[in-house]
Amino acid sequence: MHWLKKILAELLGLFVDDISFALAIIAWLGVIWWGLPRLNLPALWNGVVLFAGLATILAESALRKARRSRSRSPGGRPMSPK
Amino acid sequence: MIVNWGHAWPSIVAGFLASLVEFVEALTVVLAVGTVRGWRGALAGSSSALGMLLLLVIVVGPALARIPLHNIQLAVGALLLLFGMRWLRKAVLRSAGVIPLHDEEAAYAKETAALRQGRRNEGGWDGVAIATAFKITMLEGIEVVFIVIAVGAGGVGLLIPASAGALAALIVVVILGVLIHKPLSMIPENTLKFAVGMLLTAFGTFWVGEGIGLQWPGQDWAILGLVAGYLMVAVLSVFGCRARVGTSATVANQ
Repeated sequence: MHWLKKILAELLGLFVDDISFALAIIAWLGVIWWGLPRLNLPALWNGVVLFAGLATILAESALRKARRSRSRSPGGRPMSPK
Repeated sequence: MIVNWGHAWPSIVAGFLASLVEFVEALTVVLAVGTVRGWRGALAGSSSALGMLLLLVIVVGPALARIPLHNIQLAVGALLLLFGMRWLRKAVLRSAGVIPLHDEEAAYAKETAALRQGRRNEGGWDGVAIATAFKITMLEGIEVVFIVIAVGAGGVGLLIPASAGALAALIVVVILGVLIHKPLSMIPENTLKFAVGMLLTAFGTFWVGEGIGLQWPGQDWAILGLVAGYLMVAVLSVFGCRARVGTSATVANQ
């Protein structure tokens, strides 16, 4: 079973290395899937809303990681490859 | 199946660039195995993994065609977003100097040092060489298969262009590997990951939109708009991250 766990961990690692980042993406897709049809926005805006949420998640997650890295390493040196 | 090559080029480019990154990483380890433990084991391990991957594509590819397109687009789009945004985030953080760049030379040195420690079975098959080459080809290859299927499954007739892109990348890396016989550290990996992350994220957003029935302005051309949008956000994020950590590297500098 050890090898099976290892394969599953490798597969999961393809999609997730920061759990809060991955959860935010899934949550936003859920909100879009459930909420967009109920908002009755003009057709053009649906795609813009989907993109805007994902772009915000990306920027926020990167900036949060940079802030955390700064607070752990006062010299501003890179932390770890992950 | 008719392929509209005019609309297929984003799939070819995404398949090519994403696979190029993965094959370069696999080549580093296969070269290390071949150099330290011998080419018989390295080639046996890699070719058996390639055979298994081919089988995977043959089994999974046609099975996907039986699932309704909207369901595929939604599921694959969501996975592609998780995969692509993970790459893009990492490329942003590397460009900003928050995490170190991936170094193929260092990876090669580490792998050769580890391989030198194991015992060799003179004359017979080298289990360590076969297992190491098999594992890296399988791991990187599964990512390639996922990318090809994900990019190709979002629309009718896109699997062939995405596969053609991946095959072209494999040929380029094998030729460069044979000619140069060293890790391909001159390939700007982070720039590639930056570009591929943007492409895959744009594809993922597009497929998810299609899957939930959104109307994209300009249809397939909206992918270009999404690429431009993510490029802008990613570049701004690099500058924002750099301001937070106080580094001054250039965007996607390697």
